[in-house]
Amino acid sequence: MVAPSDAPDAGMAHPTARTVLDEQDISRALTRITHEILERNRDSAGLVLLGIPTRGVHLARRIAQRMSEVEDREISAGALDITMYRDDLRLKPARALEHTEIPDDIDGKVVVLIDDVLFSGRTIRAALDALGELGRPTAVQLAVLIDRGHRELPIRADFVGKNLPTSLAEKVKVRLTESDGADSVSIAGGS
Amino acid sequence: MSSYVIRGARLLGADPTDIAFDGGVITAVGDGATGDVEVDGTGLVALPGLVDLHTHVREPGREDAETVLTGSRAAARGGFTCVHAMANTEPVADTAGVVEQVWRLGREGGYCDVQPVGAVTVGLQGAQLAELGAMADSAAGVRVFSDDGKCVSDAVVMRRALEYVKAFDGVIAQHAQEPRLTEGAQMNEGPLSGELGLTGWPAVAEEAIIARDVLLAEHVGSRLHVCHLSTRGSVEIVRWAKSRGIDVTAEVTPHHLLLSDDLVRGNDPIYKVNPPLRSNDDVEAVREGLADGTIDIVATDHAPHPMEDKECEWSAAAFGMLGLETALSVVQQTMVDTGRLTWAQVADKMSTKPASIGRVENQGRPLAVGEPANIVLVDPSAKRTIDPRDTASLSRNNPYSGLTLPGEVVATFLRGRPTVRDRALVEGSNA
Amino acid sequence: MITNLLSAGDLDRTDAIRILDTAEELLGVASRPIKKLPTLRGRTVVNLFFEDSTRTRISFEAAAKRLSADVINFSAKGSSVSKGESLKDTALTLQAMGADAVIIRHHSSGAPHRLAQAKWTKGAVINAGDGTHEHPTQALLDAFTMRRHLGAVGGDLAGKNVTIVGDVLHSRVVRSNVLLLHTLGAHVTIVAPPTLLPVGIDHWPVETSYDLDASLEKADAVMMLRVQAERMNASYFPSAREYSRRYGLDTARLSRLPDHAIVMHPGPMNRGMEITADVADHVRSVIVEQVTNGVAVRMAVLYLLLGGAAGESAEEEDSTDKDRV
Repeated sequence: MVAPSDAPDAGMAHPTARTVLDEQDISRALTRITHEILERNRDSAGLVLLGIPTRGVHLARRIAQRMSEVEDREISAGALDITMYRDDLRLKPARALEHTEIPDDIDGKVVVLIDDVLFSGRTIRAALDALGELGRPTAVQLAVLIDRGHRELPIRADFVGKNLPTSLAEKVKVRLTESDGADSVSIAGGS
Repeated sequence: MSSYVIRGARLLGADPTDIAFDGGVITAVGDGATGDVEVDGTGLVALPGLVDLHTHVREPGREDAETVLTGSRAAARGGFTCVHAMANTEPVADTAGVVEQVWRLGREGGYCDVQPVGAVTVGLQGAQLAELGAMADSAAGVRVFSDDGKCVSDAVVMRRALEYVKAFDGVIAQHAQEPRLTEGAQMNEGPLSGELGLTGWPAVAEEAIIARDVLLAEHVGSRLHVCHLSTRGSVEIVRWAKSRGIDVTAEVTPHHLLLSDDLVRGNDPIYKVNPPLRSNDDVEAVREGLADGTIDIVATDHAPHPMEDKECEWSAAAFGMLGLETALSVVQQTMVDTGRLTWAQVADKMSTKPASIGRVENQGRPLAVGEPANIVLVDPSAKRTIDPRDTASLSRNNPYSGLTLPGEVVATFLRGRPTVRDRALVEGSNA
Repeated sequence: MITNLLSAGDLDRTDAIRILDTAEELLGVASRPIKKLPTLRGRTVVNLFFEDSTRTRISFEAAAKRLSADVINFSAKGSSVSKGESLKDTALTLQAMGADAVIIRHHSSGAPHRLAQAKWTKGAVINAGDGTHEHPTQALLDAFTMRRHLGAVGGDLAGKNVTIVGDVLHSRVVRSNVLLLHTLGAHVTIVAPPTLLPVGIDHWPVETSYDLDASLEKADAVMMLRVQAERMNASYFPSAREYSRRYGLDTARLSRLPDHAIVMHPGPMNRGMEITADVADHVRSVIVEQVTNGVAVRMAVLYLLLGGAAGESAEEEDSTDKDRV
């Protein structure tokens, strides 16, 4: 059974949820992140965008779309499933795997990992492990839509859509059109 | 020895009456019955001591599974005053020496009469007749001969055996199993054997032998007994044979009256038995056959096995189940409580007839003045949940474990001596 | 998800597709520079083989090792088992060694069930072939191979026609395949001489035929079963030559299959008996690929049985929480 704190609430408005980012805010944040990534890395040909399923992949595709427009050439995003590298596998029943899709050879490339929320940092730790077995990138960078703090590992994001101070009791809920029908970020609980 | 009077028991299930016995003989039934020891028979049914034509006691050879003494104690708890000990011991009971030893051990135990069955062929090998006459003439007075566990499959050997035992009024009890059709067989052949990938044991392997044997018996004018028949086809063949006047009798086991092959699905070898548990239709057929008299008797095929021979994978496990302590309950559940047999008929099929087939003179007698005081008192209203550990047997391979069965033996008297009183074994019965 | 894999019939459609989809993701591991995932680190998997089967054993061993499990190979030959140790005692020994999973191959039908149901081991029990009963991971890898070739990745095999030919009576492969293919919606036709069909096959969810030639034209996949030499001496059929003439797959028969149809064989093959060498090596034959797929499917089974805590399947989590332990 799923513990209450882990209860999925996708698609359901939490009674005390308040919206912190709307569709436009998200769009602006992604555009800004896109430009920051390009600015920092100059050579977009050496970039590999990898989203972490599920919502990280949606975000990665949106960023790739924006990048294609700016650079005026086709740039695609891949997906990196980190399930097999999680450190909490034994705490929960076995999960179905998400699709991993690496668009290019990552050796000698700069990989930008993209996820929706950065919290404890454990997901990114798992992603780094997974990457290490796929090849040897020159550098790995991290872009997240939300950084809500409370890191449990020495990990920080290179590109952040919004820093969102939260209490541990609060839940951050990212909804994206591709999976949830609409774009929004909300905070629930805690008060 | 004390004299007893049983008060208010229902004789063969009829109205309550009193039965008195003294010195091993029934002295009064009804008015005027008195005795030193009063036994309250209220609510109980009195039957003649049960006689089993088919028990495996494993002694000599496998005393870790059962001995003559432990088997007799289990028998007494089941209401039996006489059991026939099958010949497939180690060494095989194919000589006068072995059968006399088994017979003597039974006498010494004192819990029930143990009537040895002699092997038909030397070493149960199916080739050469054992010394049937010597066993018949021995102190054990063997009248039933069987290679049980194996089939006398050679038609010529079977014919000779049927003929030969006529000289001393013996009977051949055939374990009907065509060996080639059952090579490696593990369970009843049907949809489930195909699904489970267990080698099938076709009904025809039993039926073909029974058909051959009744024709042989007719041809040579001999007496044939069919052990543990288990299929609808077998019932029909025996019914046909009887209608032709062939001198054939047949037995069914309690487990074939109650259990069916779907139990094999769980892969627990507790349900592995020879012949195998059959389909529900076969179960219905043997109940019908027992009710209409086609099947003459119920015999337990009590087959003790040590734990290690059942705590293993199916194909490695031994065939057989315990039966003595539960037989009457299973018969009550399947035949009496369903209205298919009266208690008087139960007495016939579990006492009178088996004694008569086995030619045992002082067993299976009526409950009447001057007859031996072999009596069982059963409480038909009792319910018991079967616990394999609650047994007098050395083995635990009880297929009814966890089932709630009706009826319980309250007392068993062997020639006027209690072997079971107040639902428990009387210790030192031979004292 | 189930806790043991004893029979292909234990899997409902959701479980089966979950295994196949997971295997689909894991297939890629074999082509990576580092063919290893850390998922089962510290877990002990025992290959308990009472019957020789190098192919199946190494397939499970490769699968377990790619998931970083510790693998103990326990072969009955030359061990105390051949000196009469019982299955129970062997299982208790493995339990004492802390086996998280026991992959059992046994000559006796139902032995894996017995092992699981008698609770002689606490580990997950995976049936790697029992007697003439079942071989569920073989069925899974067969279904996996069919999905890839018949354009059904991600879904089931609804509407696909699978023809299975040969010794059905003694085949554990066919029993598992029939159960799984039925669950996945495929239509199965079994072709065999009447002597090699079990009693009660009319209860199976299959069509049966004695005529191979009549069963070729609609087949999307043809699976040839191994016919063991010892059957020839037991009057199941008159001779190898007659068997292969009536039930063997040769190029003439191959040419009558639809263009997209694939030829499968669980191995090991009797070339020249149930399948000719040129058919076995034909471009339409996926027999070698079956072996490759076997590792991915067994990885999926091991991951799904051992990769998480015991219990119900995980619901899809709130993605914002996946970063939380």
